[in-house]
Amino acid sequence: MSHLAQNLINGTLLGGLYALIAIGYTMVYGILRLINFAHGDILMWGVYFALYMVIALSMPWWLGFIVGIVLAGLLGFSVEKVAYRPLRNAPRISALITAIGISFFLESLAVVVFGGIPKSFNIYPKFFNKIVIFNHLRIQMLTFFILGVTFVLLFGVLWLLYRTKTGTAMRAIATDIPTTSLMGANVDNIISLTFIIGSMLAATSGIMWAMRYPQVQPYMGFVPGLKAFIAAVIGGIGSVPGAVVGGFILGMTEILVVGFFPNLAGYRDVFAYVILIVLLMFRPTGIFTVYSEQKV
Amino acid sequence: MKKALLLISIALLMVSVMFGAESVKIGVAFPMTGGIAAFGQMTLNGVKVAQSLYPTVLGKKIELIVADNRSDKTEAANVVSRLIDYNHVVAIIGEIASSHSLAGGSIAEKKHVPMLSPASTNPLVTQGKHYVFRACFIDPFQGHVAAVFAHNYLKAKTAVVFTDVVQDYSVGLANFFIKDFTAMGGKVYREFYQSGDQDFSAQLTDALGKHPDVIYVPGYYPEIALMARQARQLGYTGPFLAGDGAEAPELVKIGGDAVNGVYYTSHFNADAPFTKIGKEFVAKYKEMYKESPSALAALGFDAYLLLRNAIQRANSTNPEKIAEALRNTKHFEGATGYITIDKYGNTIKSAVVNVVKNGKFTYVTTINP
Repeated sequence: MSHLAQNLINGTLLGGLYALIAIGYTMVYGILRLINFAHGDILMWGVYFALYMVIALSMPWWLGFIVGIVLAGLLGFSVEKVAYRPLRNAPRISALITAIGISFFLESLAVVVFGGIPKSFNIYPKFFNKIVIFNHLRIQMLTFFILGVTFVLLFGVLWLLYRTKTGTAMRAIATDIPTTSLMGANVDNIISLTFIIGSMLAATSGIMWAMRYPQVQPYMGFVPGLKAFIAAVIGGIGSVPGAVVGGFILGMTEILVVGFFPNLAGYRDVFAYVILIVLLMFRPTGIFTVYSEQKV
Repeated sequence: MKKALLLISIALLMVSVMFGAESVKIGVAFPMTGGIAAFGQMTLNGVKVAQSLYPTVLGKKIELIVADNRSDKTEAANVVSRLIDYNHVVAIIGEIASSHSLAGGSIAEKKHVPMLSPASTNPLVTQGKHYVFRACFIDPFQGHVAAVFAHNYLKAKTAVVFTDVVQDYSVGLANFFIKDFTAMGGKVYREFYQSGDQDFSAQLTDALGKHPDVIYVPGYYPEIALMARQARQLGYTGPFLAGDGAEAPELVKIGGDAVNGVYYTSHFNADAPFTKIGKEFVAKYKEMYKESPSALAALGFDAYLLLRNAIQRANSTNPEKIAEALRNTKHFEGATGYITIDKYGNTIKSAVVNVVKNGKFTYVTTINP
C-alpha cells in the first residue's frame, strides 16, 4: 500500500514535468499548426543559458534562471525569423522537416559550443532537494514547486489566450492568417510573440527538469520533447489543459507500470507509445478535442 | 598572384603527400559526445600521453585519426567503416562501450583490420572474431570480483541488481555477478532500466522494499549518478556497488553527496600502479593534464602501446600482420599490469576496487584472478 502511495507521488512529479513541457509544445501547435520538433532543443539551450549565467557570470540562481529563460525566448524568436517565416506559405510538410533540421542544428551547435560531456546542474539552493517525510512517504520539495509552476503557467497561458487582445489575435491566426491580417492585426509580430512565449515556456520547463535530473548535455531535450509531444497528442494537441492532463496521464502510467511490473522497466517507453496508439484508436483527436474543423 | 597561389597549393599538396607516406595511420573510434562522452575523452587523454612518450613506430610518425561515435550504436559501426574505407587506417583503437565494440567489431572483422578495444569487458566482443582484441579483463572475472567483494568485504546477504537492458556490458556483468553471488549463498532481486532513462523512482521504490544490503548497478556513470541521488532521496543509506562503467568525474559532479559510498570494480588506480611503466604513465599524465589519470586513461595508454608493440614485432604496417602480432602478445608490460592476449583475444589481469569518499575516487583493495 505504501508502495502504491509512494509511486503515486513519484508519478505526480514525473507527470508534472511532462505537463510543464507539453504546455509550450501544444501552445505553439495550437496557434501555428506547426509541430515544433525543436522545442526540446530550445529547452536544452535554455538550461545551458541559465547554467552559464550562474557559473560564468556568477549571477544569483534566480536571476540566472530568469535571464536564461529570456535568452531562450530570443533564441525562439531568431529561429522563427530565420527558419519558419520564409516557409509560412509553403506546404506544412516543409515546415515540419525544417523543424527537424533546426532540432539537429541546435543539438550539434550545443556540442560545439558547450562540449559533449554532461554538466552538473547543481546551482540551485539545497532547499529544493529537501525531503518531506509524511507517514513514511518521502516527497521532494521540488515536487510542490513543479506542481505550482505548472498550474501558474497553465492559467497564465489560458489567461493570455482567452482574456487578452493578443490572445484573441493568436486564436484568430490559428483559424485564418489572411483574414486576421485584414482585421488589422500584425501577423508577423503575433507569430514572433507566440514563438518567444513558447520558447520561454520550454526553458522554464527545462530548468525544472534539470533541477530534478541535474545532468545537462546537448541531447537532453530530445526525450523530454518527445514525451511532451506524446502528452500533448494524448490530451488533444492544441489544447493547453489537454497537455497538462496528458502529461500527468503519461507520467503516472510510466511510473505505475514499472511499479507494478518491475521486470518491464527496461521497456517503459514502449508503454508511452502503447497508450498513445490505443487512445488514438478510440479518440483520434485526443481527450480534449479543440478545433473540430480544419481550414482547407 | 593566381600562379603563386597555385604553386603554393601544389607545394603544400606534395608536402602532405610526402608526410602522409611517412606516417602510420591509426584510427581512434571513441564516444566524444553524447551520454558517455566522458569515457571517450578520458581514454583519449591516455592515448595522447602514450603518443607523446612514443610518437613513432618503425621510424615513421604515428598519426591518430579520432572519430566520434556520439555514444550511439549505429554510429559506432559507421565510424569504423569510415576509418577503414575513407581514412585507410592500418588498425583501430576502439570502441569503449561493449555494445559499440560489438557493432564496430563486426565491421573491422569483415574488413580484416585489427581493432583493439581499450575497455570493452563483455566476453561477446571478441568471441568468434580474429581481428578484435582488448586491453582489459572480461566480465566473468569482473562480476566474480564484485560478488567476492560484496560477500566478503561488504558482508552483504541481500543484493538488488539493476540491469541496463540495452547495454550488453550491463546485461553480461549483472548475470555474472548474480551467478557468483548466489553461489556464495546471497539473495538477489532484480530491477531493470535503459540507457538515457532519467527517472528511477519506481524501480527504487520497489527495490528498497526488499531491504537490500547493497545495490549492484553494473551500468554507466550518467544513470548511476541520477539513480544514487534518487535512492538517497527515497531514504537509502547503504552502499552501491558498480563496475568499471562508474568511473568518471561526472559521477561525482552530477551525483554530488549522493554518490559517496559507491564502490566500483576497476582496472587501475593512480595511487597504486601495478608496474614500472604504470608509474611513468602517472607521472607523465600529471605533467600533461595536472590531474590523476583514471582507469580508462590507463587503458587507452596500454591500448596504444600494445598496438605499437604489435606493429614493431610484425615489422610491417599490413593490417593482417598487425593482427597476427597482436594475437601473439605475451607478458607485455602495460600501465594496468602485464598483458597476455589469449587465443580468444582476451586478457587476464588483476582488478582493483575503489570507492567514492568525500567526492574522491579512493583505492580500497586489489583482487587477483
